[in-house]
Amino acid sequence: MLSTIASFINAAIIQGIPLLFGSTGEIITEKSGNLNLGIPGIMYVGGISGIIGGYIYEHSVENTVPILCILFSLCTSLICSALMSLIYAFLTQTLKANQNVTGLALTTFGVGVGNFFGGSLLKFFNESGSISLLDTGLAYKACLPFASKLGLFGKTFLSFGFLAYLAIIIAVVSSYILNKTRVGLNLRAIGENPATADAAGINVTKYKYLSTIIGGMIAGLGGLYFVMDYTAGAWTNNGFGDRGWLAIAIVIFALWKPKSAILSSFIFGGLYIICVYIPGLSSSSKEIIKMLPYLVTIAVLIIISARKKKEHQPPASLGLSYFREER
Amino acid sequence: MSKNKKETKEPLFHLAKRPAIEWWKAWLIRGAAIISSLIVCALIIVVLTKQNPLEVYAALFKGSFGTQRKFWAMLQKLAILLCISLAVTPAFKMKFWNLGAEGQVLFGGLCSMVLMFEIGDKIPNLLLIIAMLIASILGGILWALFPAVLKAKWGTNESLFTLMMNYIAIQLVSFAIMVWVPSGSSVMGLVNSSTKAGWLPSLLGQKYLLNIIVVAVLTIVMFIYLKYSKQGYEISVVGESENTARYIGINVKKVIIRTMILSGALCGLAGFLLVAGTNHTISKDLAGGDGFTAIMVSWLAKFNPITMVVTSFLIAFLQRGAGEIATNFNLNTSIADILTGIIIFFIIGCEFFINYQIKSTKEKEGK
Amino acid sequence: MSTPAIELKNISKTFGSIAANKGVNLTVYNGEILSLLGENGSGKTTLMNMISGIYFPDAGHIYIDGKEVVIRSPKDAFDHRIGMIHQHFKLVDIFTAAENIVLGLEEGGRFNIKEAENKVREISTRYGFDIDPTKKIYEMSVSEKQTVEIIKVLYRGANILILDEPTAVLTPQETKKLFAVLRKMKEDGKAIVIITHKLHEVLEISDRVSVLRKGEYIGTLETANTDESELTEMMVGKKISLNIDRSEPKDSVDRLEINNLDCITRDGVKILDNISFTVKSGEILGIAGIAGSGQKELLESIAGLQKVRNGEIIYHNPKTGSTDSLRDKTPMQIKELGVRLSFVPEDRLGMGLVGNMDIIDNMMLRSYRKGKSVFLNRKKPRSLADKIITDLEVVTPSANTPIRRLSGGNVQKVLVGREISAAPTVLMVAYPVRGLDINSSYLIYNLLNEQKEKGVAVIFVGEDLDVLIELCDRILVLSSGRVSGIVDGRTTDKSEIGLLMTKGEEGGEGNVEE
Repeated sequence: MLSTIASFINAAIIQGIPLLFGSTGEIITEKSGNLNLGIPGIMYVGGISGIIGGYIYEHSVENTVPILCILFSLCTSLICSALMSLIYAFLTQTLKANQNVTGLALTTFGVGVGNFFGGSLLKFFNESGSISLLDTGLAYKACLPFASKLGLFGKTFLSFGFLAYLAIIIAVVSSYILNKTRVGLNLRAIGENPATADAAGINVTKYKYLSTIIGGMIAGLGGLYFVMDYTAGAWTNNGFGDRGWLAIAIVIFALWKPKSAILSSFIFGGLYIICVYIPGLSSSSKEIIKMLPYLVTIAVLIIISARKKKEHQPPASLGLSYFREER
Repeated sequence: MSKNKKETKEPLFHLAKRPAIEWWKAWLIRGAAIISSLIVCALIIVVLTKQNPLEVYAALFKGSFGTQRKFWAMLQKLAILLCISLAVTPAFKMKFWNLGAEGQVLFGGLCSMVLMFEIGDKIPNLLLIIAMLIASILGGILWALFPAVLKAKWGTNESLFTLMMNYIAIQLVSFAIMVWVPSGSSVMGLVNSSTKAGWLPSLLGQKYLLNIIVVAVLTIVMFIYLKYSKQGYEISVVGESENTARYIGINVKKVIIRTMILSGALCGLAGFLLVAGTNHTISKDLAGGDGFTAIMVSWLAKFNPITMVVTSFLIAFLQRGAGEIATNFNLNTSIADILTGIIIFFIIGCEFFINYQIKSTKEKEGK
Repeated sequence: MSTPAIELKNISKTFGSIAANKGVNLTVYNGEILSLLGENGSGKTTLMNMISGIYFPDAGHIYIDGKEVVIRSPKDAFDHRIGMIHQHFKLVDIFTAAENIVLGLEEGGRFNIKEAENKVREISTRYGFDIDPTKKIYEMSVSEKQTVEIIKVLYRGANILILDEPTAVLTPQETKKLFAVLRKMKEDGKAIVIITHKLHEVLEISDRVSVLRKGEYIGTLETANTDESELTEMMVGKKISLNIDRSEPKDSVDRLEINNLDCITRDGVKILDNISFTVKSGEILGIAGIAGSGQKELLESIAGLQKVRNGEIIYHNPKTGSTDSLRDKTPMQIKELGVRLSFVPEDRLGMGLVGNMDIIDNMMLRSYRKGKSVFLNRKKPRSLADKIITDLEVVTPSANTPIRRLSGGNVQKVLVGREISAAPTVLMVAYPVRGLDINSSYLIYNLLNEQKEKGVAVIFVGEDLDVLIELCDRILVLSSGRVSGIVDGRTTDKSEIGLLMTKGEEGGEGNVEE
């Protein structure tokens, strides 16, 4: 029993890590007033571009070095996620396009890019079969050497690749930056009231661009974690599923606080796979149990809207573009 | 005070909102955006396939106009996309961000399928089809009603609510398929393929003609509804300014709920057309992303149903063409999504040049 | 004289087709207070926004301490030690005072909000402000918010201070305090510009006055050598005493009766407190008061747009002779009772009109429901639109032009025209001449008088006391949500109303100082 619970917690955390990257990235983006619905697309791109980077590296050398495997795939992933967010930032900030429509288009585009390259990458290199980057996957999965020696505790809480710890560190650091630094103060001010921030001499455009791009890069890491650590370097089309949308839902569940996003992500991760751990379920009733994360999100949405607490509301200018000479 | 000693450099240009722009200029800008996006799309395909760009364009064109069958398939795709776009439009005009069309279509389709599967051989075909139609419409309404009522009551964020409803519908469909297909396979074959019970009839030998006619009529009705009916006028007022709506005594909550019922009903209808008219089976990809694409179609057409015919043609044409390219050059079909994304980026980006003008600072100093 | 702290030469700015500033010149020296005087809409705020980096001028030159500069952002303005206190406060609601004050500052070293709070307290003591740096903005009163704005500018070490109508939202006592602070800053050698359209304040506080009219620079005078009538003449172009016609009310009967009305805002603030009064047919009842004293809520309660906690709103129907209670009714229900209530709200494009619709569709807002057809009938609205365009001289390319493309005055004419066309028995107008030129204002006054002569009960919420006194038969004065007095327009004077406006203010121990 205990080991089942332990393995459930372990699995919940593993499922939660991509969601944590996604929601932290989205929180940082939303704090600047940008509602980026392109996050699901960015996460796909973050995953596939890591695969491409790793693939190119693995196929260009005889013997791979783990650290270089990581470096190559990490860099391509970060660069491509940044480019995706740049499209969003450019369209919504510079060209004042509608945020929802731009975000949805970005998701269509990003999922398309992920599945297209996932499905065609091997063809470009005249190979057949399915993508599987064994060396890079192993490099990402490498965990703390002493984890296995710590018994159940080590197995449950310490058996992750480095990206999992990075996700938690990023969430904690983001929380610190948002609440305790000048940069965070400025960013929150922009999300609440861009005209005020502008009048206070803050470069609204620069902040919005940077927070959207950095947020996108963090979210992209969620895709990277999924393909490298969770599936160990393999890509299946649409394998990442709807996790990107769940990440956006967690932003609300966590009330726009990166620190709360950590636990929220693990809870959602748990709900995502709980059907596997409930004994005696038929395959059809598993499909019903899989609704849980969405039902919970809806419940949270309803509760926060009914309570109307000032501190729990989204950034006041969320979804609106800002143009200074508006009169 | 010599001019050369300025402390800081002047900005080269700054933005100003355009007072107005002639309609033909606006369409010129949009046309230019579409053409540039097609060029970019072709460039990408040429880089990927190393084919002659003209061949790429020819393939793109063939996807929709290559054979009669392809032409009808494109029209069918257009009709469904247009139907869902028409469905989301009244809600968007009211600034109700319904991202749940996908789920409303799916649940509507599921309702049809339940009848088709369970009582398909027990009642006369006409009765069955009518029952399916009603069930689908009610299903779509139900799926739209939850978020609408809560939005009206507490202002619950509708975009995320409707989004989540999509996944609940997906799980319900997966559940139903698990129950219906005993082998445990998650794919459902054609239903009633021998009796054709619950299948919409072919008109003039064309399987999709009925779908297309229904949507064509719907387009005109929706255009009239939005522009000339009192309810359509109320939708515009609520969308533009809720305060003004309250001021003239419009019951905003009632309008939100009524409009979402309409929106959900049309999504349900699309689900019915897909199940009864096109697929005769169901899968969780029934709407195939059209629920999201419809949002963009509606937005690009500025909520005008007639313009939506053009924008949904553009998307349908592109997706069919991309599919053709994918088969011809042995690529993955997701290329269609990439091209759709690019073309939408260009069109939403070009609106900027219609609404704003870039004024050069230097020019003005010269005056 | 020494080099001016700031000098503007030939500044121009247009918005769309409207010229907000045309070739304006302005000079301010250190250690002086300059009043920038002009009517609403004369381009004062636009001009100052170009100094503070909110707008960028289309043409012209700005010199700071004799050197030409380009200010393209508020940050550039700060770098030149320019600070502006806007009329609409630019504060982040969910931040504390101190967080707002340090917002956007780029001091070296680690960010420490405690240090900032201490520095704020220091400045407060030096100038005699009373503020808690840890208080959240959404819990503050208007005057506290203004204090935060001023400290924000001082914290940044501003040398040039611009205040945009700082007294509009203050009680006389608070104004006095503010002026004392401004004088202290002047002694410090700071250059201060105060935007206002209140003449007595100009004369009280400033050393020199610059006047703008319709975006043009008219001239600058030494305050000591001028008087109200000269300034008025510069401001409005020619010397006018208002001379608004006022007829005697005829056959006046009670039309609308308000008894013990209480109303609470969403945040739990008591905004209307035991309001009672009667409006008669054939009279204009003026409502005076400092901005935010409950005018908006009072009108909206009557119109069925604001929830009422206590009290009665009773309508005496002239047709049927019956009396109806309007309390807790929606605008629709009020209409169904046969009450012909017209309402010109303060925020024209936010409530009352739809900016993106054309004039015809805006005409339909009130009447589109008429008839059983499910379709709209645009014939009558079209002819009404044409009639209003001709009768009220609305400047517009056509009746199909979206309202938001019209200027403020023309938007107002469209709204007032529509509301009057409904042949109301009660007409409520809030600040109907705000932002209108003199001619349009008189057109509106005449329209109101016409309605009065037709026997309509008119409620007129205004801000200009001179207008209220010359136009209205009776004037009700609101102060902090209470009726502090109802006076006769023919016998009262400004000082009486001014006094009533501040009566009952919390902490308003004016009589101690007098």
